[in-house]
Amino acid sequence: MFIRKLGALSLMTLRRTGRMGLFLAKTFFFAVTPPLKFTQLLRQIQFIGFQSVLVIFLTGAFSGMVIGLQGYYTLSRFGSAALLGPMVALSLIKELGPVLSALMVTGRAGSAMTAEIGIMRITEQIDAIELMGLNPLRYLVVPKFLAGILALPLLTAIFDVVGIFGGYLIGVKLLGIGEGTYFGEMANYVRMQDITEGVYKSISFGVLISWVCCYKGYHVGFGAEGVSKATTQAVVLSSVLILFWDYILTSALF
Amino acid sequence: MIITENLCKSFGDLKVLNGVSLQVEKGEILALIGGSGHGKTVILKHVAGLMKPDRGRVYINGKDIYSLRGDELEQLRSRLGFLFQSGALFSSLTVFDNVAFPLREKTRLNEQEIRERVLAALEQVGLKGAENKYPAQISGGMIKRTALARSFVRNPEIMLFDEPTTGLDPVIAHTILDLIKSIHKDLQFTGIIVSHELSRVFQIVQKVAMLHEGTILFVGTPEEIMASSNPAVRQFITEVFDSRLRNTL
Repeated sequence: MFIRKLGALSLMTLRRTGRMGLFLAKTFFFAVTPPLKFTQLLRQIQFIGFQSVLVIFLTGAFSGMVIGLQGYYTLSRFGSAALLGPMVALSLIKELGPVLSALMVTGRAGSAMTAEIGIMRITEQIDAIELMGLNPLRYLVVPKFLAGILALPLLTAIFDVVGIFGGYLIGVKLLGIGEGTYFGEMANYVRMQDITEGVYKSISFGVLISWVCCYKGYHVGFGAEGVSKATTQAVVLSSVLILFWDYILTSALF
Repeated sequence: MIITENLCKSFGDLKVLNGVSLQVEKGEILALIGGSGHGKTVILKHVAGLMKPDRGRVYINGKDIYSLRGDELEQLRSRLGFLFQSGALFSSLTVFDNVAFPLREKTRLNEQEIRERVLAALEQVGLKGAENKYPAQISGGMIKRTALARSFVRNPEIMLFDEPTTGLDPVIAHTILDLIKSIHKDLQFTGIIVSHELSRVFQIVQKVAMLHEGTILFVGTPEEIMASSNPAVRQFITEVFDSRLRNTL
């Protein structure tokens, strides 16, 4: 009995993973083949990117400030407070910037993507699009997918810059580290490769968020309860996958 | 011409369609009747190609729709209009933009031509003046009429109506059915209509099919079904007419 249940569960998981994989493959295909719904893409960049700037700004500022504070006290114990600049910058550029930006975008825009597509599914709007001879993936999913890929690295860059200035406020203005030391050491220790690592991570997180959130909306259950479940699942799954993928990328590639 | 051949469909353990075969001739409207939850909408969605059967085929104008791909399927769908039970209007678009949507996306008409076609369609369904309203700002009857305008704005050859009068008061319901009748007169489309407004629907259709427990129990003209001695058909007809009478009283 247990073996049968385990087998059924494995098959179901395999089927769902396969369906998600197929969804991603189709989305990729439609994203690189014309026509592209350019107006929809701009609208989505505005929604996922521009409308997330404030929350990214606030998160980045406070993250930089707290790293500045904690970093200063920790480094002071070893007499290395001068290295606060590189510590803040590297923490933000390599890890916290991409990960926290992705988590914020998941909460703000990812959940909205799932809910929007889910509501369109349960109210038969997606069926209507299909019956007009339009491809719902091309029309609804691809613009969100591309917007996620384009917006995430830009939001992460904003997060990093604001975070570095947050660390500056605490380290230089509040705790008295020299301005030249803070930025000079940062320039010495941060390599271009560190920045590209962060960019690669944020692009892959953009793919992850758009993929999971659009898939969950597209394959929503029934009624309002189905949409609410799908939205919760999308946020939880995206967040877990972001952290998991972050570990894989950090350990395997860099 | 629409032909469904031995359609079978199950959802998990629930068998909804168990060998449904129907034929609707060119220019004819068929009323599909039967109890709620018996699979009438499922049949319409199979005819539109939105669902795939476990077994069976659907032919539209001689073409097996499940074998069509890409451009061929798109071409078929450009000749098909579907009125959804909920209307399925795009909530982020105005009434005008909802009706203009298929023209903007799937035709090469310029904005002036689109405007003329949309305004004419809205006038035909009595929605002149409501162009700039959003679906959330209009009544259920207006939603159905907007959806109706959107479904025929491209002059389809085939139209499928999924309970076009459900949830509407009798006056609005009759208006919608009269509109369908007048659009049929203009376009001569081939259609299937799912409705419980039997008395009115029987005046606009040429054929009636009754779905019962996953199969077609009866096919004939409205006069033939009214005269049928089949106990299940009689019971259904009597119940529908009784409930309509109760609602009216």
